[in-house]
Amino acid sequence: METIESNAPALRLTGLRRDYGERPALDGVGLALGRGETLLVLGPNGAGKTTLLRILATLLRPSGGEATVLGCSLPDEAWRLRGRIGYLGHEPLLYRDLSGRENLRFQARLHGIAQRAGEERIEELLRATGMRRRADERVAELSAGMRQRLSICRCVLHEPELLLLDEPDSNLDAEGRELARTLIGPAPGRTRVVVTHDPERHLPEADQVLRLGVGEAAMVS
Amino acid sequence: MTPSRAAFAAILAKDLRAELRTLQSLPAMALFAVTAFVIFRFGLDRTSLSGSLASGVLWATLLFAALLGINRLFVAEREEGGFDAIRLAPIDRGALFAAKAAALLVFLVALELVVVPVFAIFFLDSAAALGPLALVLVLADLGLAATGTLISSMAVHSRARDLLGPLVLLPLVVPLMIAATGASEPLLALHGPGYHRFGTWLAVLSLYDLVFLLVGWAVFDFLLED
Repeated sequence: METIESNAPALRLTGLRRDYGERPALDGVGLALGRGETLLVLGPNGAGKTTLLRILATLLRPSGGEATVLGCSLPDEAWRLRGRIGYLGHEPLLYRDLSGRENLRFQARLHGIAQRAGEERIEELLRATGMRRRADERVAELSAGMRQRLSICRCVLHEPELLLLDEPDSNLDAEGRELARTLIGPAPGRTRVVVTHDPERHLPEADQVLRLGVGEAAMVS
Repeated sequence: MTPSRAAFAAILAKDLRAELRTLQSLPAMALFAVTAFVIFRFGLDRTSLSGSLASGVLWATLLFAALLGINRLFVAEREEGGFDAIRLAPIDRGALFAAKAAALLVFLVALELVVVPVFAIFFLDSAAALGPLALVLVLADLGLAATGTLISSMAVHSRARDLLGPLVLLPLVVPLMIAATGASEPLLALHGPGYHRFGTWLAVLSLYDLVFLLVGWAVFDFLLED
């Protein structure tokens, strides 16, 4: 059986490209990110930040170049990567007609977490995000900020090795941002890729910064 | 990798819970079918139907009622990001196909538990055909569930999904409907159920089910790719 290189960098991208039809959304991104490091992705609207995150999350196939995530080459080894990534996108990825707790139970079952361990983990996360009291309400009845808190719970429920966070602070109030920080903020051993329009808040915690431009070459600093 | 059985059970339970809570598909399907029977009853001006006419009325109604459920099968996955959530999980995508087909099968069986007795009250002189008819219904439902899941998963990504789904699905289910009406026709004969070529039609239905269940399982992974 093949083994995944445990000391391989978390991310290694070489000339990564993604086109939508004739239009390149991402062109020639190259970088290497070590485990436990944070990569901040900056750029204007339409620069390809979300596209990059979706490629890393195995939700989108690259059109060219090479991408190795946690030792798995994309897209061929994407199946080995699933369940090891926590993805927080623009959509909360929660079913509106289920309660927050039911959504998290559903995710726990998809990730093969045993029932008892899953219940304990869900309680722990709901407490950490201040969502325990509202956890049994339908998601459709919750505010955008509360959905974001639940989405953060969903993102880290299975204790992923790599966090891919697209505007993680969006819709969160000051208290929500502080609570979320314990789960998705910088921490020893936590590898993160953070897309943000608020560099001032996130720059101090970044080990590397990737600047994407519309029709410009990507720059890493 | 999460065992496929666990993923199947989780997705099926989620779909059934959501339907029980919102009743977005089943009541519409049942209402459509009952309304169609009322229209047939008064339009044909007959209090009793038999043979091919009874079989045609039953299957045309069930097919179009089923389309309502098929169109909605993946709406939550598309509109609420469920596709992404499932694609991020370490599960075999075949489990998603199997769970969605099973959910659709449950909807179809539930629909028929309500509307087939209505059909019998409106058009049949005796209920003797209902026993063997149940076998035909289940086999046809399996085929509809397999093809419906396959086509619905493709159509849901299109803006014109309400049009595209039926346009692609209807030609695909023509063989299924021919076999279902062929099997039902002798059962609904005027002088009680007959079994002329009944076994042959059941074999055709079973073969159709097998082919589309296998095709669905095999290609579903590719359908979920971007």
